[in-house]
Amino acid sequence: MSAPAARSASTARGGDTGGGAVRGGGAGTAAALAVEGLVVGYAGAPVVDGLTLEVAPGSVVALLGANGAGKTTVLRTLSGLLTPRGGRVLLDGDDLAAVRVEDRVRRGLVQVPEGRSVVTELTVEENLQLGALWRSAGRAARRTAVDEMYDLFEPLARRRASAGHQLSGGERQMLALARALISRPRVLLLDEPSLGLAPRVVAQLFAVLRERADATGLTVLLAEQNVTSALSIADRGVVLALGEVVADAGAADLAADPALRHAYLGF
Amino acid sequence: MDRLVLLVSTGVARGLVIALFALSLVIIWRAARIVNFGQAAMAVVAVYVAFAVHAATGSYVLAVLGALVTGALLGLAVERGLMRRVPGATPMPGMIVAIGLVMVLQSLLGVLFGPRHRPMSPVFSQSPLYVGDVPVLSRYDLFVLVVALVVVVGLGLLFNRSTLGLQLRAAAVAPEVSRLLGVRVPRMVTIGWMLSSAVAALAVLLLVPTELGLNAHSADVLFVHAFTVAVLGGLDSPAGALVGGLVVGVLISLVTGYASAGLAPLAVLGLLTTVLLVRPGGIFATKEARTA
Repeated sequence: MSAPAARSASTARGGDTGGGAVRGGGAGTAAALAVEGLVVGYAGAPVVDGLTLEVAPGSVVALLGANGAGKTTVLRTLSGLLTPRGGRVLLDGDDLAAVRVEDRVRRGLVQVPEGRSVVTELTVEENLQLGALWRSAGRAARRTAVDEMYDLFEPLARRRASAGHQLSGGERQMLALARALISRPRVLLLDEPSLGLAPRVVAQLFAVLRERADATGLTVLLAEQNVTSALSIADRGVVLALGEVVADAGAADLAADPALRHAYLGF
Repeated sequence: MDRLVLLVSTGVARGLVIALFALSLVIIWRAARIVNFGQAAMAVVAVYVAFAVHAATGSYVLAVLGALVTGALLGLAVERGLMRRVPGATPMPGMIVAIGLVMVLQSLLGVLFGPRHRPMSPVFSQSPLYVGDVPVLSRYDLFVLVVALVVVVGLGLLFNRSTLGLQLRAAAVAPEVSRLLGVRVPRMVTIGWMLSSAVAALAVLLLVPTELGLNAHSADVLFVHAFTVAVLGGLDSPAGALVGGLVVGVLISLVTGYASAGLAPLAVLGLLTTVLLVRPGGIFATKEARTA
């Protein structure tokens, strides 16, 4: 990875000996991503109502909740696809209200949408090229960036000439993740990446996320219904119900709290 | 036999022009999910400019440039000024606006230039060339064929080999995902309109000298043929537009040559009906919907 990425890794994780304070904490560290009093939805019944959330640099935060809890709405608002009725979204302290989707991407805030968002008409190679396009201007730079992703996700290298619609579910999700990582985002938003995938594939993908967070200081907000897998790599878990935060705790605490699990996560 | 060679070769040249125009419809359909019924009227406006440039400078090359530039600017103006403001949830509002645009443009041209056909002489001779004793297409048809082929190949390279083409294709089929990858989708839609209008203007410019001449309605029949071709090939398919254009071009040429010119439109409509019977879904079923 590049020098800036390595530098941010050292600031995020430097001297950390495994304590949750740096990775999961909001207090003291400037949040990579902050949400203040976010309200989204049509008049009458907001889907997200007054959400406040901070994600520390280099941490993995799991955004949990049942279907309809508002997870997707939150992510789509953060990436700019939806315009909030109220509240603010801050990236490294900058208000993003006037920043369009395409420019949020250029600032390092990248969303991997749900439903394995591979452009099915394009090949694996073309999907990756597309992801690398704004970041890597020259043909050679794009080649390097794409090859890095083939190294990281070997199954993709074998299928580089296949069209998106020929890929398996796992390969598609792998491609969607690679295509997002290729632009070296600082904050990655993922919407249900585990949906419909075999547990082994989920474990692989999540391991890559954890590794990127640790090694490069990537900040991850991971919306998931697969609570166990998500909490296994997360520093912190935030539970949404009807558009509001009902729990916000360290991942281990959250996983160990039977009442909470039963009430909001259904297991 | 000789006659067949002449008719087929002429048909291929004409078919490529129809294919060009059909390609321009495909480009807009893919970029903006609109069948641009205004395409012919817009192209004719551009050709009027080319006509004026030709009259003023005497240079055919400048006239071609004039048509391309005017076409592109018209595409820009129509997309930014009109289509961008049309609600885009379904294709219908955009198409109705496009039909309105035809009426406005054709009326304006009628008011400004009157109904008469202005003759435009072809840059090359229209008498057939001979291969041995066999008459084949004319010098002008050969010129049309070469230009159309160059443009088709150029468009193919642009869409499949360039980063702009990659973005145009991605923005067309998956606009939301493309935005999330940093592609400036609204700009791609505008570029699609400009590209499409320029190609359509060129197609009309190539055709006008061999038809009656220049008039507000010069390209109406070309539009009908090209639309048929786009339906035949599938509005999403550039290759389909190319093949369909050749089929319709040769069909028109053969029917005109062996039967009568009056039957040619009927033959095209027969072909259209047959294809729609075989593919009853019609044009809007070529692809269910764009993916998010």
